[in-house]
Amino acid sequence: MNGFFGMPRHHALLTVGILVFLVVAPTFIYPVFLMKVLCFALFACAFNLLLGYVGLLSFGHAMFFGGAAYITAHSAKVWGWPFELAILAGMATAAALGLIVGILAIRRQGIYFAMITLALAQMQYFLALQAKFTGGEDGIQKVPRGYLFGVIDLNNDLSLYAVVAVIFVAAFLLIYRIVHSPFGQVLKAIRENEPRATSLGYKADHYKLIAFVLSATLVGLAGSVKSIVFQLASLTDVHWTMSGEAVLMTLVGGLGTIFGPIAGAAVIISMENYLAQLGPWVTVVQGVIFVICVLAFRRGIVGELARLLRKSL
Amino acid sequence: MTKLKSILAGATALVALALPAAAQTNVKIGILSDMSSLYTDLAGAGSVLAARMAVDDFGAAAKGLKVDFVSADHQNKPDVGSNVVRQWIDVDKVDVIVDVPNSGVSLAVNGVVKEKNKVFLVSGAATSALTGPACSPNTIHWTYDTWALANGTGSAIVKTGGDTWFFLTADYAFGQQLEADTSAVINKMGGKIVGSVRHPLNSNDFSSFLLQAQSSKAKIIGLANAGGDTVNSIKQAAEFGIVRGGQNLAGLLVFLTDVHALGLDAAQGLIMTSAFYWDQNDATRAFAKRFAAGNKGIHPTMVHAGVYSAVTHYLKAVSALKNAADGKAVVDKMKATPTDDALFGKGEVRKDGRKIHDMYLFEVKKPSESKAPWDYYKLRATIPAAQAFRPLADGKCPLVGG
Repeated sequence: MNGFFGMPRHHALLTVGILVFLVVAPTFIYPVFLMKVLCFALFACAFNLLLGYVGLLSFGHAMFFGGAAYITAHSAKVWGWPFELAILAGMATAAALGLIVGILAIRRQGIYFAMITLALAQMQYFLALQAKFTGGEDGIQKVPRGYLFGVIDLNNDLSLYAVVAVIFVAAFLLIYRIVHSPFGQVLKAIRENEPRATSLGYKADHYKLIAFVLSATLVGLAGSVKSIVFQLASLTDVHWTMSGEAVLMTLVGGLGTIFGPIAGAAVIISMENYLAQLGPWVTVVQGVIFVICVLAFRRGIVGELARLLRKSL
Repeated sequence: MTKLKSILAGATALVALALPAAAQTNVKIGILSDMSSLYTDLAGAGSVLAARMAVDDFGAAAKGLKVDFVSADHQNKPDVGSNVVRQWIDVDKVDVIVDVPNSGVSLAVNGVVKEKNKVFLVSGAATSALTGPACSPNTIHWTYDTWALANGTGSAIVKTGGDTWFFLTADYAFGQQLEADTSAVINKMGGKIVGSVRHPLNSNDFSSFLLQAQSSKAKIIGLANAGGDTVNSIKQAAEFGIVRGGQNLAGLLVFLTDVHALGLDAAQGLIMTSAFYWDQNDATRAFAKRFAAGNKGIHPTMVHAGVYSAVTHYLKAVSALKNAADGKAVVDKMKATPTDDALFGKGEVRKDGRKIHDMYLFEVKKPSESKAPWDYYKLRATIPAAQAFRPLADGKCPLVGG
C-alpha cells in the first residue's frame, strides 16, 4: 500500500475506498446525479488547492468554471469538435483566463484579492449575458455528448459515468501530488508566513501564480465535463453564486483537507437534489443546516474527523 | 418433467395473479414549474392543483388509470429543469411533464423528453419555437404562444393608432421570440419599431430601461416580458409618469394574477390577449370557484386552465391506448382525437404540436366597473381559432410536410 502514489496508509485506504465506491455506486445511485457530484467535487478540490493550501480566497472561480463550460459547449455543438478536444479547449480557456486574472489579482492579499477576483468574474458574467454565442438566459443547450476516441458512445449514461469517474480520479491524484510535492510544501510555507518564505529565497508571487493557474485549469476541467454531462452551459455556471458554492463546499467539507472538498460537494449537491421537493423551503432548510455546521463543527466534516482521529486527512 | 410442470404451473399462477394489475394502467405526471420566483403566481402550485382536478374530474381511477404526481421547482434555470426531468424519467418513471413556465427551461426540457420518448405538455411557456424549428413529436404546446400574443395584442394596438413601438424585452428565449413575433406583425401592418432594450430576467430595477423607452418618443412601449417583470415594469413606469407623458404601455403577456398584483388603478385600460378568463361561462365559473377554494382564493390564469385541459386530453388518449410508456404513440393519439373540455371547448391538436382554440382580446376594467373581487376583464374581441395561431406552413417545423 505504501507505494500507492506515495500516500500514507490511511490516505491510501481512503482513496481505495473512494475508488470502490465509484465502481459500485452506479448500481444503486442515479449515474447522472453521481456525475454531477463528481464535477462539483473536482471543482471544490481545485478550489481548495488555492484556498486550503495557499490561503488565497478567490471569489471568482465561477469565471473559470463557466468560461470553460461555454467554450466546451460551443466547440462541441457549433464547431462539431470531438469530446476530448472540446474538453481541452475548455481547459485551455480556463488556464488563459487564470493567467490573466492571476497576474492582476495576486498582487493583493486577503479581502482585496477576493474583491479583485469577484470584480473580474462579474465582468465575465456580463460578457456571457451579452455575447451572442452564449445564448443569454437560455445558455447553450443540446450540447452533443459525442464519442470518446471516436468509438465509445457517451450518450449512454454509464459509459459517460465511467469516463467522468476516470477524469475525476486522475485529477484528484494530480491535486494530491501537487499538494504533497516540494512545490506544495513551498505553497504551504507561503500560506503560513509569506515574508519568511520570501526571506528563504522563494519568489512567493511566482508560486502563487502557478498555483492560481493550476487551480483555474482544473476548475475549467470540471466546468467542461459538467457542460458535456448536462449538455448545457448556462449563466448559472458563471454567476457569482457558483463561486460561493465552491467556498461553501470547501468549508463544509473541511478547509485544507485533501478529502474534505469531496465530502462537502457530496453533501451540498445531495441537499440541493433531495430537498428540491420542498420548493421555497429549500433555502430555509439549507440555511439552518449551514448554521448548524458553523456552530457544531467549524473545521468541516472531514476536518473534525481528522481531529478525532489525530491524523491529517 | 415434473419439475418443468411445476414451473409451468407456478408461472400460470403468477400470470393469473398479475392479470388484475395489468388491467390497471399506471400514469405518473410530473409538474415542473416555478414554485418560488416571478412566475409562481401564474403557474406554480396552482398548476399542480389544476392537474389534480383534471385527474379527479376525469374519473381516472374508475377508468383503470392509477395516476401519481410529482412536482418540482425549476428555479428558472435550464440546467436545473433538464436535470430534474432526466431524473424523473430515468429513476421515477414519469410519463408526462406538464407546464414548465419559462421558455428557456421548456426548450431544454423539450430536448430531454424527445430523447427519452415521453410526453411534454406545455402550458406555461410561450415561445413559438416549440412548434416551430424546435417542434418535437413528443411535445404539445397547449395554451398560448408568442405568435398568438403578438397577433392579438400587437395588431389590436396598431389598429387603434399605436404605430411606433419601443420594446422592453426580457433577455431570454421567450422575450426575444415575443419581440420578434410582435415586430413582424407591426411591420406587416405598416407600423414602425424605433428601438428596443433587453433586461435580465427577474429584474428589480427597470429605471434605466424605462428612461431609454421614454426618450425614444415611441407612442407604444411594448413589454415583452412576463409575470413579476411585467408587474414591476408597469409599476415603475407609473413612477416615471410615462403614461401621463403621453406614451402607452402594451403588456404583450399579462396574466390575471399580474393584474391582481398591480391593482385596477395601475392596470386599467391594459389590453391583452388570453386563451382563458374565469368569468366566461358557467363551466369556467364553476371551475374557478373550485380552483380558488383550493388555491388561497387565487383565481385560475390561462396557464392553470391550460394544464387542466391538457391533462384531461392526455388521460383520454392514455385510457384509449391503455399504455403510457410510448410517448410518441400517446401524442399521436392526442393529435388524432379532437379535443373537448369544459374550459376550452372544442378544438384540435395540429401536426406540429400546436393546440388550436379561440383566443380572446380583453381589456382591464376601470375600478368603477369591477363589481366583485377578481372581476377584472371585459371582452373586446374573440379571435377565431383559425386565425389565432401561426399558420402551419409558416412555422418551419420539420414535422410538417417533407
